[in-house]
Amino acid sequence: MSGAVRRWRANPAAVAALAVIAALIGLALVGPLFNPNDIRALDWANVATSPSSTGAHWFGTDRLGRDLFARTLEGTRVSLTVGLVASLISLTIGISYGAVAGYLGGRADQLMMRFIEVLSGLPLVFFVIFLTVLFGRSPYFLFLAIGAVGWLTMARIVRGQTLSIRRREFIEAAVASGAGPVRIVVKHIVPNLLGPVIVYATLTVPQIILFESFLSFLGLGIQEPHASLGTLIAEGAGEVEAAPWILWVPGTLLALLLLCLNLVGDGLRDALDVKER
Amino acid sequence: MTPTLAIDALRVGFDSDGGTIAAVREVSLNVEPAECVGLVGESGSGKTQLCMAAMGLLPRGAQVSGSVRFEGREILAASPRDLNRIRGSKLTMIFQDPMTSLTPHLKIGVQLAEVLVIHAQMSWRDAERAALEALERVRVPEPARRLRQYPHELSGGMRQRVMIGMSLLCDPALLIADEPTTALDVTVQAQIIDVLRTMRAESRMAIVLVSHDLGVVAGLADRILVMYAGRVVESASAALLLRHAEHPYTAALLKCVPSLLGPRLERMASIPGSPPAAAGIEVGCAFAPRCPRAQPRCQTERPLLRKASGPPHQVACHYPLSA
Repeated sequence: MSGAVRRWRANPAAVAALAVIAALIGLALVGPLFNPNDIRALDWANVATSPSSTGAHWFGTDRLGRDLFARTLEGTRVSLTVGLVASLISLTIGISYGAVAGYLGGRADQLMMRFIEVLSGLPLVFFVIFLTVLFGRSPYFLFLAIGAVGWLTMARIVRGQTLSIRRREFIEAAVASGAGPVRIVVKHIVPNLLGPVIVYATLTVPQIILFESFLSFLGLGIQEPHASLGTLIAEGAGEVEAAPWILWVPGTLLALLLLCLNLVGDGLRDALDVKER
Repeated sequence: MTPTLAIDALRVGFDSDGGTIAAVREVSLNVEPAECVGLVGESGSGKTQLCMAAMGLLPRGAQVSGSVRFEGREILAASPRDLNRIRGSKLTMIFQDPMTSLTPHLKIGVQLAEVLVIHAQMSWRDAERAALEALERVRVPEPARRLRQYPHELSGGMRQRVMIGMSLLCDPALLIADEPTTALDVTVQAQIIDVLRTMRAESRMAIVLVSHDLGVVAGLADRILVMYAGRVVESASAALLLRHAEHPYTAALLKCVPSLLGPRLERMASIPGSPPAAAGIEVGCAFAPRCPRAQPRCQTERPLLRKASGPPHQVACHYPLSA
């Protein structure tokens, strides 16, 4: 493991990206404490003012006079939460499904994989719209909906790894010493998958954030008065000629967040994927 | 007394594109309590598949007939649940390659203790204490420190000791050792054989020791079975077999063991030719094409295992060496 840490440290882009992400998370959590402007307050005296470091609104205000700094922080928080929670959900489903399919093998495996192919054949957006119509537009439901369609690739990766691990001698040795199938999957196979799973999971978070922003942009995701980076961008897109900062502020932040998450994911892959220490 | 392991007319085959491959063609074998039986043969002679059948570990596609009884219970028909209950406690196995037989991400102590938690319903705390004793029994230096180490921190010989210690945790009736020393270098081999001998004296378990190395088997086994192309071709007490081999194949194998005392050879002795393909129909004696004593009869008629000179000596050959 220490080798992985060393390889990770040797990658300055990934280290810097992790620092930026940590800063953004910190800002999203404690930033509101330092901002004098309330998130819901409408400042009629300053409608659509541009950003200034000396004025009352650091990032300016939107069309309704709401403080853009406060809104962007909330958006970041929501986007990150959606990304993390939905990733966790897809991780849990994906690992259990993939490990079971890979361990059982044979016909059960074939059946489970065909089911995944059917699901991945469905148009994703349509599927989420369908779920939203069916179950309403709660933000919690959005977590579930995105997570529930995001696990397919994870399940495939886990299944492939499981197939190769279960042929290894230590699994045979575990069977020979009387360990049952549940114990073998949980204790002897899944922990061995952690490398690729961690890497894929870090790359899933930005994907999901992007997907959530996309849904919110279309008006299907987070609803007013709540904001995510996606809804803020959608709002800004309408004002881009008159008040470009309403688009630029959340847009830049989203781009920065995604870039950093991807850099961290790549760095982790380089550090962990070097097999067989 | 019921034998610890009773194998009767066991056949193991696998389907392949080129027809059915017969790994074990028909083997019967009894192992009495506290007896050590050596199983010798070249690669592909069916030794490992025989062990797998005895453990109930044959892969799903295998075609099996005959019977394997462990302490009177049929293994081939046992449910996975029952198998899991005996495997690792009463019936244990150690594998050829200790480098890959331990789960890489679990500490030695956890892997040892897990066996006791499964089989003896011990608490983790008691199990860890028992694991420590097990490592002491197999002469692992600094056992307390080893428990906290990962497999990759141990040398090959040390790992095989851990595997042996693990297999002895629940006081097994039978230990199947499938080439336990093949992956280790010669000095470590001797140490491992030594550990096995001590364990045997202390615990009175039966051992099936599989090897392609007669020297390894000779030092430990009471009785030796020689396998060729899926069949037992000779069976005798160790001392008898080493002194008076009856089957030409056994004799050839013995000649291949290099000796420090004998004349210096230009080349190591070897048996000309290679073992027959495991697919196809067998006609006559499988060893005939490589046998210096082969007669026309050997090509057409398969020799059966029958009694030879000494009391517990059986050989499958039309023209044994003493004849």
